[in-house]
Formats: sequence, C-alpha cells, structure tokens
Amino acid sequence: MVGIIGYGTQIPRYRIKVEEIAKVWGADAEALTQGLNLYEKSVPAPDEDCTTLSVGAAKNALARAGIDPALIGAVYVGSESHPYAVKPTGTIVSEALGICPYVHTADLEFSCKAGTEGMFIALHLVKTGVMKCALAIGADTSKGTPGDALEYSASAGAAAFIMGTENIVAELLDTHCYMTDTPDFWRRENARYPEHGGRFAGKPAYQKHVFGAVEAILEKTGMKPKDFDYLIFHQPNGKFPVQTAKQLGFTEAQYRYGLLTPTLGNTYSGSSPMGLAATLDEAGPDQLILLVSYGSGAGSDAFVFRTTKHLLKNRDMAPRVRKQLNEHLKYLEYGEYAKFRGKILKPE
Amino acid sequence: MNVPRHWRETPERYRMEAAKCRKCGKISFPARLICPACSNKVFDKTNLSGKGKLLTYTIIRTAPEGFEDIVPYAVGIVEMEEGVRVMGQITDCDLANLKTGDKLISKFRRMNEEGKTGLIMYSYKFVPDVGI
Ligand SMILES: [Zn+2]
Repeated sequence: MVGIIGYGTQIPRYRIKVEEIAKVWGADAEALTQGLNLYEKSVPAPDEDCTTLSVGAAKNALARAGIDPALIGAVYVGSESHPYAVKPTGTIVSEALGICPYVHTADLEFSCKAGTEGMFIALHLVKTGVMKCALAIGADTSKGTPGDALEYSASAGAAAFIMGTENIVAELLDTHCYMTDTPDFWRRENARYPEHGGRFAGKPAYQKHVFGAVEAILEKTGMKPKDFDYLIFHQPNGKFPVQTAKQLGFTEAQYRYGLLTPTLGNTYSGSSPMGLAATLDEAGPDQLILLVSYGSGAGSDAFVFRTTKHLLKNRDMAPRVRKQLNEHLKYLEYGEYAKFRGKILKPE
Repeated sequence: MNVPRHWRETPERYRMEAAKCRKCGKISFPARLICPACSNKVFDKTNLSGKGKLLTYTIIRTAPEGFEDIVPYAVGIVEMEEGVRVMGQITDCDLANLKTGDKLISKFRRMNEEGKTGLIMYSYKFVPDVGI
C-alpha cells in the first residue's frame, strides 16, 4: 500500500483583484470575473519565490507526516518559475528541510503539470520499494505579460506531498496519463513572459487532455463519475474546470472543495495539487478522490486516491488551505503589484 | 555578503541550526565552539522551532545597498522559545501594528542577491505568527 502520508501548502498573503488589473488596461472586468469565474489572485512578496513557497509547503507536509526528514529519499520540485535557469531548486529545498545529503532530487518542468509529475514519480518510487518516503512539490510564481489574459490569473502558491507506506492518509489506487505534442503555450529561454497559441487554449488543449485522461482512468479502473466523492481538475481559471467537469458528468458537490482559482488564481504547477490539499482538508475517511492535472504542451496526469482514517487527526497538524487563502490578506494596487513582480524596469 | 560566507552559514540561515551543549543543555545560535555557560566543547545539533516573541525592533527607512527597494521594513530582536535571541528582518507585517511582545515565526525567504545574474541568498526572516 502506497499513498500520501503528509500534505501541506503555502500561499503568499498578498492579493490583487481582477478589477484592479482591468482598470489599468481598460479591460472589461465583468467579462473576466463573470465569464472566467476569476475574482482575485495571490501575488508573491518580493522575497518569495518558487523555492521559498516550496519550503513553506513542505514544512507543513512534514508537520503532518510527523517523520524525520532524513527518511525522505527523493525531493522533486515541479515549477515553471524555478529561480535559476541552471542550479537546482531541489537541493536548496532539501537543505532547508534537513533532508541532505542522502537524497535524490530533480527539478521538473511541464507548464502547469510539473507538480503532479513529481507526485507520479514519488508515488511510484515508493510503490516499487526503491525508498521509504519521497517528497513531491508543485510550486510557482508565474508571470503573465502585462495586459495579456494570463496576467489576470497567473498567481503564486505551492503544495507538497510526502509519499510513503505507513500511516497513509490517502492511498493511491491508480494512475493514468494522456500526452500529445500541442502548441498551446510556451516560454523560450531568456524570454521574460510566456506566449500562448491563442485559440489553442481551450478545446484542443485543456479539454482534450483532461477528457482523455479522465476517460482512460475510468476505463482502466472500471469506475464511473458518480463513484467519486471528490474531483480536482487543473484550474487555469474558474470556468474551464467547472465546464469540463459538468460535460464529463461530475457535479458541483464533487469539485467545490478543490476549486480554488476564483480567489487564488492559477498557481500553475501548484494548481491541481493545492486543490487536492484543500479537498483532503475537508474529506472524510474512506472516500474516493479523482485528481487530474493539465500542463500545456500538453498532457494530463490522473490519480485515484482513497482517504483513510489517519487523515482526520493528521490534518490538524498544519494550517488548512482555506485558512491560508482567506486570512491575513493584504490587497495591492497595480503599482505595488508591478513593483513586487519586477514589472517596473530600473537601469541595471 | 560573499558566496563562500553565505554557503558556510547555510545550516543556520536555512534551517536555524543551533548547538545544544551536551553538558549543561544551553542552546547557542549561531553555534559556538565553547559553551558560554559551562565552557564545554561538545554539542549536539538542534534546529530552533522558529517560534518566538518580538523583544524590540526598528524601522529602516534608509536602507543599505541591496535593500533600497523594500523600505520601509522592520528589523528586530526575537526571543526564541528555546531562550536564544535572534536578530532578523520582520516581513509580511503591517508596520503600523507591529509591537513588542508580538508572536512571530520564522519563514524561509530570499534575503539578498548578487545582482540579477549572481547568487540568490536565502535565509530566515520573521513573520507574524497567525497560524498560516
Ligand atoms: Zn554548557
């Protein structure tokens, strides 16, 4: 038996409202809030990045798992905003957590899917007995081009999961993946902001891959949408996951706990993993969870988890996602936000 | 700060690694070679919990090089629950509401960088302990 033995998240305290961004660019705020179900997003402080959010989330996961960090045999950090082009995030995170030196680390990158990539690898390394515990993190502090549609959603946050075989809070039942080469979104080396293939964003990208992964895992497990207590899809905005869930025959009761984007924004590699954490915050024992990520380029990883009785006492050992999402907030004006995000250029 | 010095101080900066005297139990942070309480030279490594309370602080409005963009910011002395006193920056706080006695907790944050192409230096900072 393999599964999650501890989970944790970190969200910056700063927020900016969609209206505040729309005001600067002359955009129709209502079309964004109503149309995309997107109201505000988190903004990292100037001293926060993918590494610091990863450490914060992983500390919470360690508090829940209650294990000696030295037992962790692998650390995978999935992100599209690793602070260095060359120098691993994973070693800094491992050093900060006291996991070094007997550990395998790798930085992963796959747009918004990098977090579940690490989870996939970590779960299977533990399942095959290569190591006792493995840590997977999805973290991002993503930037959208000023004025572009992505600027309204690109936000910051991290989720960390420790996989193990003892005191499991959510047992892994199955996985399935669905990948194709799709030109919907990319960022070239040295490019400051990403670019997207416009009309590629919806049907041929998000929808096709999420559908593909869901249909494949339902077929593989012999389950139906109604068999699941909870559902988490990747959340680039508040509209896509809801629309896709309904088309596939899922209901609001299944996705409501995991849907964070309307007030969190899209945390990219952290997105669906944070939704899973928020769902674990509320789930009861012996419940079935379907998690499906999506990353541009493109692909989806699907996971089926079943919660255990250990979840109930375990989850009080660290702050819940909604508490981080709703408390101690500070709202920024666009100017402060632009400064925080390094969008104001000063002479070198 | 130069790269070798930052690297040498990684254990204390990254995870608040302290030294606990094997003879009298006194905790020193940063670690010392000789216990200031009993002169013993044998220690065990221990990480501070990161929890403490604010003893005193000042608000920096004219910052040293590398910190100009974050003024005004607070720097304070925090009494950790292990008894040691640690100086550090207090971030994520509302300066007008900051007061001595506040419960703080350490977080792993970016401290400084050697320009836009140099090393990024991480360290502990303190934030209000609001349970998140
Ligand atoms: Zn002593």
